[in-house]
Amino acid sequence: MININEVIETNAMIEKENLDVRTITLGISLLDCISDDINELNENIYNKITSVAQNLVKTGHEIEREFAIPIVNKRISVTPIAIIGASACKSEKDFVSIAKTLDRAAKKCGVNFLGGFSALPAKGMTKSEELLIKSIPEALCVTDNICASVNLGSTKTGINMDAVALMGKIVKQTAEMTKDRDSIGCAKLVVFCNAPDDNPFMAGAFHGVTETDNVINVGVSGPGVIKHALSEVEGADFGTLCECIKKTAFKITRLGQLVAQEASRRLDIPFGIVDLSLAPTPAIGDSIAEILEGIGLERVGAPGTTAALALLNDNVKKGGIMASSYVGGLSGAFIPVSEDQGMIDAVKVGSLTIEKLEAMTCVCSVGLDMIAIPGSTNEYTIAGIIADEMAIGMINQKTTAVRVIPVIGKEVGEEASFGGLLGYAPIMSVNNFSCEAFIKRGGRIPAPVHSFKN
Amino acid sequence: MSKSIITVVGRDQVGIIARVCTYLAANGVNILDISQTIVDGFFNMMMITDTSAATKEFLVLSDELEALGKEIGVIIKLQREDIFNKMQRI
Repeated sequence: MININEVIETNAMIEKENLDVRTITLGISLLDCISDDINELNENIYNKITSVAQNLVKTGHEIEREFAIPIVNKRISVTPIAIIGASACKSEKDFVSIAKTLDRAAKKCGVNFLGGFSALPAKGMTKSEELLIKSIPEALCVTDNICASVNLGSTKTGINMDAVALMGKIVKQTAEMTKDRDSIGCAKLVVFCNAPDDNPFMAGAFHGVTETDNVINVGVSGPGVIKHALSEVEGADFGTLCECIKKTAFKITRLGQLVAQEASRRLDIPFGIVDLSLAPTPAIGDSIAEILEGIGLERVGAPGTTAALALLNDNVKKGGIMASSYVGGLSGAFIPVSEDQGMIDAVKVGSLTIEKLEAMTCVCSVGLDMIAIPGSTNEYTIAGIIADEMAIGMINQKTTAVRVIPVIGKEVGEEASFGGLLGYAPIMSVNNFSCEAFIKRGGRIPAPVHSFKN
Repeated sequence: MSKSIITVVGRDQVGIIARVCTYLAANGVNILDISQTIVDGFFNMMMITDTSAATKEFLVLSDELEALGKEIGVIIKLQREDIFNKMQRI
């Protein structure tokens, strides 16, 4: 039988160490909504989402209260819209109309984000994908709750450099269109290499075509819990440190598994995966940077940071995998800058640079995330940053992503503020030596060799 | 059986257990086990209860216990047992 110390420990994690379930994300297939008539398509999409997801938020609240565990976000992901709109959409405006429909459906269901305004041109780009991508700046400007993502490459296909070049331009245009709000449109736009089909986290969530009709995916969090646990093994050797991370990750993930199963049962929708990610928030103590500092770095960014992050990421997975029957999504440590107070502080004191963050993305779950850069950064430099990150993902057979925000009108030394979970970020300096000729070559980077791993 | 955990945290005073137990008895909640300890100078009590025969909905019990806690000057929480079993047992 459960004893009082175990109860006190669990409740202390929730009350004092910011343990929460970060998101219940309901994946909905829109394949059966497809029509060649744009009005009919929009109507089908709205009806499908609002009927499948009608009880999502209510059920989330009930689980929250019965177990006394915060479930921060209830969200929806849908089939990539470039596929769904391929037959009906003849122009960028048609895709914008779908974005507006999705926004209305998200608001009706009471979710804070809906992901899947997406295209997957990892190898080649269809006309429909090109139209969707070109509609992204306006779509993100005229909607509040929609997230867009584009998969630009994979280990199997190589990198679609035409799409990379286009995304450099699209990121810049999105920033321009939302410049009155610190270019917030870019905070809802992410590009991937090796994008997973079952990611519950925004901005990159979409319901992949390998998925069933509807599915519940859950993302857990808990940097604060790991940080607290590490304070009890201060000065201990690496074996002890890793054991501590594994045990704590196990407990955190069990919570995600419980919430996923409950949500699945109550909504009568199959359980997909638990995403083991450690996702920080701007709240003090809920920070990946502070965990790394707890491992022994004066500031994140110092030599040793990549190694510390590698061991953290690997042991979160080792502990988490046993705790859940199905693990998926991005699973690892997130290192967004604007959403993590420790990262923000490290940038401010000059310890953390984009180049070090890029190195860190080689060993953690995603990529360059929520990084504000000067608004004057040109589209080729942005495309170059994206290409570098895609290359890391392609060669290392992992998911990588880029979500940078060129904050129009602001330069290094200033700050951009996005509000809520998106936080705020100091503008980081970017290497401005040109890569224009490289980006302008066009075509694809061929798929890499899968042997000779040196 | 539907097991739930009630925790009471706050400054120790006369009659806490009596008032919580009176409420539970009046609402058909059976107490299976009680334990208590002091952590950082605060009174911590845990009850394992069976709410399957309760006369009120789970969330109503939860709200009323929370309100009772405010009245006494302690924090009372009602949670389903699964959260602890999942996290603390393989």
